[in-house]
This record gives sequence, structure tokens and C-alpha cells, in this order.
Amino acid sequence: MTDYLDQLEKRFDGEDPEVGDVEIQNYTINFGPQHPAAHGVLRLVMELDGEIIERVDPHVGLLHRGTEKLIEYKTYMQALPYFDRLDYCSPLCMEHSYVLAVEKLLDLEVPLRAQYLRVLFAELTRISNHMLNLGSHVMDVGAMTPNLWLFEIREDCMNFFERVSGARMHSAYFRPGGVHQDAPLKLLTDIADWLDTRLPRLFEDAISLVADNRIFKQRNVDIATVSRDDAIKWGFSGPMIRGSGIAWDLRKSQPYDVYDRMDFDVPVGTRGDCYDRFMVRVEEVRQSARIMKQCLNEMPEGPIASLDRKVVPPKRAEMKRSMEALIHHFKLYTEGFHVPAGDVYVATESPKGEFGVYLVADGTNKPYRCKIRPTAFSHLQAMDFMSKGHMLADTTAILGAMDIVFGECDR
Amino acid sequence: MRAPSPAYVANDGVIDAASAALGGRLLHSLDAVGEVALHVDRVSLVETMVTLRDTPGLEYQQLMEIAGVDYPDRGVDRFEVVYCLLSLTRNHRIRVHVQTDDEKPVPSVTGIWPVAGWLEREVYDMYGVLFSGNADLRRILTDYGFRGHPQRKDFPLSGYVELRYSEEAKRVVYEPVQLAQDFRTFDFMSPWEGAEYVLPGDEKAKLPAEKGAPTPLKADEIVKADANVSAKKAPSDPKTTESTAQSGAGKPGPSAGEKPANPDVVPSAKGQNQ
Repeated sequence: MTDYLDQLEKRFDGEDPEVGDVEIQNYTINFGPQHPAAHGVLRLVMELDGEIIERVDPHVGLLHRGTEKLIEYKTYMQALPYFDRLDYCSPLCMEHSYVLAVEKLLDLEVPLRAQYLRVLFAELTRISNHMLNLGSHVMDVGAMTPNLWLFEIREDCMNFFERVSGARMHSAYFRPGGVHQDAPLKLLTDIADWLDTRLPRLFEDAISLVADNRIFKQRNVDIATVSRDDAIKWGFSGPMIRGSGIAWDLRKSQPYDVYDRMDFDVPVGTRGDCYDRFMVRVEEVRQSARIMKQCLNEMPEGPIASLDRKVVPPKRAEMKRSMEALIHHFKLYTEGFHVPAGDVYVATESPKGEFGVYLVADGTNKPYRCKIRPTAFSHLQAMDFMSKGHMLADTTAILGAMDIVFGECDR
Repeated sequence: MRAPSPAYVANDGVIDAASAALGGRLLHSLDAVGEVALHVDRVSLVETMVTLRDTPGLEYQQLMEIAGVDYPDRGVDRFEVVYCLLSLTRNHRIRVHVQTDDEKPVPSVTGIWPVAGWLEREVYDMYGVLFSGNADLRRILTDYGFRGHPQRKDFPLSGYVELRYSEEAKRVVYEPVQLAQDFRTFDFMSPWEGAEYVLPGDEKAKLPAEKGAPTPLKADEIVKADANVSAKKAPSDPKTTESTAQSGAGKPGPSAGEKPANPDVVPSAKGQNQ
């Protein structure tokens, strides 16, 4: 009755606090930098109205290591392993942009087998990356089991990387001019078997637990919807722009290496929410497996790196017999090769989106400037408008669907 | 282009279309290594970007990257800010370069692309380039309270301060950098290919083309290293070795008698092989 009287007198709640009314002010909390759902060292300064997010200010740079500065002091070959350490969940895709940029400046031809090997292992990296992301996204919104099963696949991928390059994570496998070592036949047949048996079984099992799960959908559908226009304005790429319904995939539209020979589909979302981004990644895993099978079927025999000895060092056996090869080896591992002056911006489709390298060469053996375009920078920046009006607990779903790794974001 | 780099639509006609649309705002353009670079006027950058985005036939809808580059040798306007644009509809990439120094601000493009906010913050953080119109021009990657702009070419790789946890102060303390080992810089330039220092003896050889230098493509351009030596008249007096001054043997010592006997060799009357 008193409410009714208040309304008649045009008095509303909050204008005139009475006994029992509590005046609530917005308050600010820190999310991270040490938080298991922050996927690394992310500090989010959040302004909350109760449990509703009003404003998010991401603080990045806590993992800044000065990679770009260090690269300016290294030769082109020495700079390569820094790329493994950017996005440490998809190291080979990071190397891919860099080697393509160096090859573009050198105008270096790459043998077909090397291009196939690169595509094969770039796609294996994509699977490995998505296993981590899908699993942790699922775990962030409350499911435990799929993450454990997806980590089984990731472990398999790591073993394959180890068998081809000797290192599980920081492979340094792609080199300007090709790849470092040839993949043994047994490894390729093992990958083929794995693609036919273990991967689909584990992956489809794990995804079947969440894809139609009611709780998972409640946590993700209609959370942080991004329209097409917003996706373009905020510089989205990769699964983020495809989740918003734009069929843009650099592997399709600007093919590099042998992607133009591959037959694969580009999945797109319809609503642009977290669930769409999740499902785009799920479908990408299946398409990556498809690309890998084509690579294994079509891969020709032949050299695995350019035979231009001014760029690619000779094999050890050759060094034992040829003085010329020995000199080349020595020169390439001390002085390195000189890259003609010029600047290029080369971007590839990394699992997280467009990963670009803007490389300025001045004719010496070291890059004059190597600007790395991280995918996370534009995506994380959109965190503010994406999470506005959502609940605090949705932050983890939004972050999980963004797929951010701080090695790459902070550089 | 033989390299397997990302293949987008050819650059044909892009520069013409851009120069027609931009007019005097385009300072000069370049089509090198398969990429188009437009160097534009700094003050009218925002209008330039709007034109590049909205003109049919250009349609660069996405700003993918802003990169700063430092060219301290240029003197004026040492910094270059490079905008990498992408056209989703035409499937083409382009770069837009503007030049500035650490005082003249670059107009911010956050009004066109909100993604520019952080990208400009990063260029400001790394180079100290100012962006007018960016409402939130804070540092982004470096530490809270960091001083200096680390990507500048005159900023040392090691930086100026290092930090550690101090057990006495019970907090992280900042101290000047002390390198336990000398900073290693390797000079990779071959002394035969344009090293900047002078090797001992090089100062003697200031000739048009030194011996061993690459041969010019045209034969009439070749100047031999000893060209002006052979053109000189032959010395009048022929060279002899009569005196030590001419032979270069040096003066004999004060007691240049017989060689001192080698104590290891026992002299025998019969000779060595008897």
C-alpha cells in the first residue's frame, strides 16, 4: 500500500532511502593477475554494480619480455625461436608467419615437400591449441571431464612434435627456406593412424558431453554477442570474426604454402556469442584433421628445404665431404644470411586469429624492426564492451571463448 | 614472387585509385616486395583513413596493426607509424605510413576503428609518439612507473634498471642494471663488405676500385687499382742492391763478425756425414 502511495506521489526507491534500504555503490575489484581462469597473467580491473559488470579495464604487459627488441639484436635465424615463445600453445603457427615474411623478402622458393610438412604441422598445432582452449573453456564454466580427455589429444600432439623436431613445445621446426628436418615415414603413418582412430574417438566423446549440454549452453549462449560491424571495427580475426558470422579465413582467402591445394570448409557462427565461438573451434578441429589427411595423401618426396646454400645450411653428411658446404655452414651459423632491404607485413591464420609480422630489413643480417601483431591485443581490448552488462561469473566464459595467451599478447 | 607467402589480390591499380582518392594528401607511394605502401600527410591522417575505408574500389574496412619504426639517422621526423589495413571485400592489404617525431602528435584513428586505442597506446609506450584524440594514452606493456621508451634505437637492450626482491626491505627494489658479464655485441660485417671501421693498413688503399672489388658491369667503367701508378713515369735511376739502403736489409750490427757458434753442434774436423 505504501508503494502505491509512493507511486501516486511520484516518489521512487532510491530517491528517499528509508530504514531498511541499503545504498549500493559501484565497487572495483581486481581479477587476477594470479587467477586460474585468467589464462595467464591478466589483471582485469572491474567495476561492478552488485554482480553486474559495468566496466572492465584489462591491464596487460605483465609478461612483457621485450621480444621485439631482442629480435633486433639477433640474426634472422637466431630470432626464430623467440616466436615459439610468443603463443606457447601454438608455437609452429607463430614461426609460420615469420618464416614466410623472411622468405618473402628473400624471394626464396620453398620445395613442395617442405610446404606440405609446414601445413601438416601447422594444422597439428591448431588441433593442439584448440584442445587446450576448448578444454579450459569448458573447465572455466564448470565441467571437468572433457578437459582431461582433450589433454590426452594434446599430449599426443606434443609427442608428434617431439618426434619430428626433438622438442615438445618450442620446436623451432620451420626455418626460412623450408623445415629443419625431414619427417620419418613411420611418424607420418602414425599421424595418419592417430587421425583415423584416436583423435575422433577422444575428441567426439569429449565434445558430445558439452556441445548439447544444458548447463554449458546456459553459460555460453547469448553471452557477449558481437555483431559483424563490431567484429570488423575491433579488428577481430580468426574464430572470433567467424563466430560473428563473417566467413573470413586467411587460409582460404589469402592462401600461403599449399593451402590453395587443400579442400576444407570454413565454419561460421550465426549469433556471435561465446557458444558460437566455441563451436567454430570444434568444427575447425575436424577441418584441420581433414587438411592433415590430405597432406599425408598428397605429400611428395623431395628436399625439405631450399637448396639455396646462401640461406639454408647444408646437412652434416654433406659437410664431411665438401669444403664449400663447410664454409656455408660456418657462415650461416655465425654471420647468418643477409636479407635485402625492404619491409613486408605477412599475416597467417594462427589458431587464435590473424598473426602478423611486420618485418623491416635494412640489408644486414639482423632485422631492423620486427613488429609482431598479436591476435590477443584486439580481442582483449574488446573485453570491455563484450562483458558490459553481464554477470561477474560470465567473465571466465568470455575470456575462455576469446582464447588468449599472454606470451603472445605481452610479447 | 616465388616465395609461398600469403597470396591476395594483385596490387594493380591500387596506387592509382588511392592517389585519385587522396590527391595531395598522398606524399608518395611505393609498390615493393609485392606490397603497396602509401606515405601520407600526418595532419590529415583521419580524413585519409576515412577515404581509404569508404571509397569504392579501396574499401579497407579493418585496421589490423599499427607499428612504430624508429629511424634516428633521418634527423627530422625520426619515427614512422605504419598502419596495416585489410580489405575484407576486396581481399587486399595496404600499408599507410606517416612520419613524426616525439613532439608532433599523430591524429588518433580511434574514432574510425576503436581497436586503434591499444595499438596507439603501444606505439606511445614503445616510442613516445603522441596521438592526439586518444582518450586513454597510458603505457600498456611496460611496468607501472616505467621511464623511457624501450623500442627506440638509442635505448639499450639491457635497459637502465633491474629489480629484485629485497629481503631487508621486504619488497621489490629497483636498482641500476649491473651486467655480470659484458654485453656481447658481435660484429658480423665482413671486412671486405663495407665494415665501418678501418682495418690496419686500409688507410693506404684509397683507390677508385680496390683489388678484389666487384667488377662493374660495363668494361669502360673499370678502373684498375694500380691505374695511376702505371700511368706514372718510370723512375729514372734503375733499382740496385748495392747498398743496404736500397736492398732494405738494414745496417749490419756493430759487431757483425762471424755468427756465434751453436753450442749444440759439435764441430768435427771431418764434417757432418763422415
